[in-house]
This record gives sequence, structure tokens and C-alpha cells, in this order.
Amino acid sequence: MNKTPLCAVHEKLGARMIDFSGWYMPVQYTSIIEEHNAVREAAGLFDLFHMGEFWLTGPDALKNVQKIVTQDAEALSDRQIAYTPMCRPDGSIVDDLLVYRWNAEKFLLVVNASNIEKDYNWIKSQLEGDVKFDNQSNNTGLIAIQGPQAEAILQKLTRQRLKPIKFYWFTSGKVLDVECIISRTGYTGEEGFELYYPAEHSEKLWNALMEAGKEAGIKPIGLGARDTLRLEARLMLYGNDISDNTTPIEANLNWTVKFNKGAFTGSDVLKKQKEQGVSKTLVGFELGKGPAARHGYPIVKDGKTVGEVTSGTMAPTLKKNIGLGYVPPALSAIGTVFDIEIRGKNYPATVIETPFYTRARS
Amino acid sequence: MRFTKEHEWAKLDGNVVTVGITEYAAHQLGDVVFVELPANGSKLTIGKTFGTIESVKTVSDMYAPVSGEVVETNSELEGNPALVNESPMDAGWIVKIKVADSKEYDTLLSEADYKKICE
Repeated sequence: MNKTPLCAVHEKLGARMIDFSGWYMPVQYTSIIEEHNAVREAAGLFDLFHMGEFWLTGPDALKNVQKIVTQDAEALSDRQIAYTPMCRPDGSIVDDLLVYRWNAEKFLLVVNASNIEKDYNWIKSQLEGDVKFDNQSNNTGLIAIQGPQAEAILQKLTRQRLKPIKFYWFTSGKVLDVECIISRTGYTGEEGFELYYPAEHSEKLWNALMEAGKEAGIKPIGLGARDTLRLEARLMLYGNDISDNTTPIEANLNWTVKFNKGAFTGSDVLKKQKEQGVSKTLVGFELGKGPAARHGYPIVKDGKTVGEVTSGTMAPTLKKNIGLGYVPPALSAIGTVFDIEIRGKNYPATVIETPFYTRARS
Repeated sequence: MRFTKEHEWAKLDGNVVTVGITEYAAHQLGDVVFVELPANGSKLTIGKTFGTIESVKTVSDMYAPVSGEVVETNSELEGNPALVNESPMDAGWIVKIKVADSKEYDTLLSEADYKKICE
């Protein structure tokens, strides 16, 4: 199994470690609910070394990014970030990623850990012209600090002014004496930052952030709470909510698909889906008291299976059972009721507005 | 008190066995958010599943440590499933079973033997 540079730190903190798609990762340190609440109310620290980082540089970098992803990288300013799917010609999603634009000749692509090899090969097969493609995943550390106190805590460790960095923008600068990419992004629905840096500095940065956040109540956060936090904010999990068998239009990610920029890989099929409709669409639902909906449970209407749950949990902030799943468009309107089949019994669920949770903006 | 390799405890009082999950199991599961309890009067068979316990992350079956009839379930768990984490060996008990054959109880693991399993 692959280990992160912070593995010993997690074990010392008493984390329960699991195999997460080939990575030996902390699933929880104390309690998923406690960790979840720490991020909503104070701050949490995440070791995300396992994520993949690819650099795309050269005179034809922008042209290639425009072809590979559905977002419009030309419309991005330098030092701006886009969340975007990356599709095959049939519209199916290879992965979802973050595109960091330094300038038209320099991009950082951040991909899911479980897809590093698949994405690398896919992107490589797509490239044209004068461009260099470099997988720096093994050398790049990534720590996220998330929560209402995240900015104040991080600001203690850097002279770079954080306040002017807008959501989905980044800057580069030193945290302690470590040169970092400081990015106002995250996967929790809270305020916060993600730091990319040379991996050998992982322990120093982690310990300094834990110390700087001590008074504010910072906690280390495992994959368990990462999942409940992202689901409340309706952020996609690749392999669950989106996959090789779904498209961005089906997943209701239309806002990430920019047809105006011209043709890109998958644009013909996606355009057709947008104009003519889809056979399944991703909705959010809530369930009453009782068992939680889980990945793979059937969605049933009038005794017939019509879809499948892609993610579900008891939501710690909302204190109710929520989930996402694909259903036929006729069952996607807010207020529609269908059943979730759980261990042979049907439990009614209602389609509700998403995101399930939105942080109060200051 | 006796134990099972499925990480349950059982305590015989007269002809009624109280059943719960062990500290070890509660810790492994993490925050319990729902316990599916059997109906009063249901007949349980030793080794067969009688309910499920859900934490935020996982769903686990519970297995009857002895055969018999359900005489009471812990109704507190409906409103407060976290009792299983707070007090797994006491207030977080799950079900009371009127045993059909108390010899089954004697075949369960001793505390010492159970501890070996958890190591």
C-alpha cells in the first residue's frame, strides 16, 4: 500500500487507518461526527498527499487544456482555478479535477488519487503540439485547512496576505520557510485553503498548523468526515456520483460545461444531451428517521427499480439522512417522492434542493 | 458475562439473556446513528442475524448469541443511538432474549478468550 509522508503522524494521533484505493489513509482520529463539527465550527486539517498533481507547460498548454476539459480555461485569469470534468468523446467522465492557471503556458491539474494512472494515460493520449506533461504526484504534498477559523490560523504562519485571495483563486508564497501554492479551495463547503508544497516539508507544516490552531480548536480530519462534509455541500465523489458511466449533463454539472469555447473532447455528445435531454439525472433527496441510504441501494417507484443511490449518509450538521442518486428526469422535480430499498424494505425519500448545506456568508 | 466472536456480549439473568455489542465493536464502528431492532416476540436462532447497526460510515449485522424469543428491546436507542458508543456494555444494551436452552449460553466465549480475539 502507498503511504503518505504523514503516515507516522496519523498513527501517533491514534487514527484508524484504512486502505483507500491503494493508499494507507486515516478514516477517523476520534469520531467522524466530532471531526465533521470541528470543520463546520472551527477548523480541520486534512492530509491529501494522495491526490495527483500534473503540470502542463509550453506554448500549446492552453490549447490542450481547452481540448481536454469541459471548462473554459481561456476565460480564467492568471492565478484563477476552475473545477471541471474531463470527458471522453462519448461524454463519459474520465475524472473531475481542478485546473490552476498560472498563465496561458503553465497549468497545474489536480486529479483524484484513484485515477492518477488512468488520467495520466488519457491526457497523454490527447496531447498535441508543443507541450510538456509532467506527473509530480509523488513529490507534491497537499494539506487542506478548512473551517471558519482556517484563514486566521494560516495567516499566523505566512506573511502573504490571505484576505485578498478570492474563492477559487491562488497565490504562491512562503508558509513558514516553505514555498507553497496557497489556494482558496476545498471539499467541505466551508471557508479554507489548500497548500501544495515539496512533500518533504509535510511534517513541519502539519505540526505548525496544528499548533497554530490549537486555541481555535483545530482537529485532524479523516476520510470519514471528509465524505460527510463534501456530501452535505453536494460536491461530487468520483466513483460514486460521477464515473466512467455518467456525463456532466446527467450529473447536473451543466455550469462546468462551456460550449461557447468551441469544440472539446465530448462536446458533441454533451451538446446533444443538453438539447435533447438525458435518460437519468442526479438528484438530492432526504429520508425520514431510520436507516441511511447508501451507495448502490435501489431507488424504487411504484414497485419498480428506477435508479440507484450514489452517495448517502446521516448528515451530521443537518441531523437527517440525505443522499444523491440517479433517477429518470420525470422523477427529478423538487418534492417528488420515491422509495429507497434498504435491506428488502422500502423507505420513502423526497427530492430536495441542493446543496443540502450552504455556509452562512459573512 | 459471555462474548461472541461477532463482538457481542451476553449476560444471563434467570432465563433472560441481555445482549449488546462490546466496547471494542463500538469503538471500531464509530458514531452509531441507527439501530434496527427486532420486534418483541420475534424468534431468534443462534448465529443468525437479528438486526443491523449503522454508524456514519458502515452498516453491520448483529447475530443472535443464543436462540430464543425477544422479550424487550432498548427503546432508548430509537431517539439516542449514540448510547451504544457512550455505554456499550450497560445503558447501550440492545435486546433481551428469553432463552430456549441455557446450554447455548455456556458455549459462548469467556472474557479471556474474547480478549484474545481482539488482539
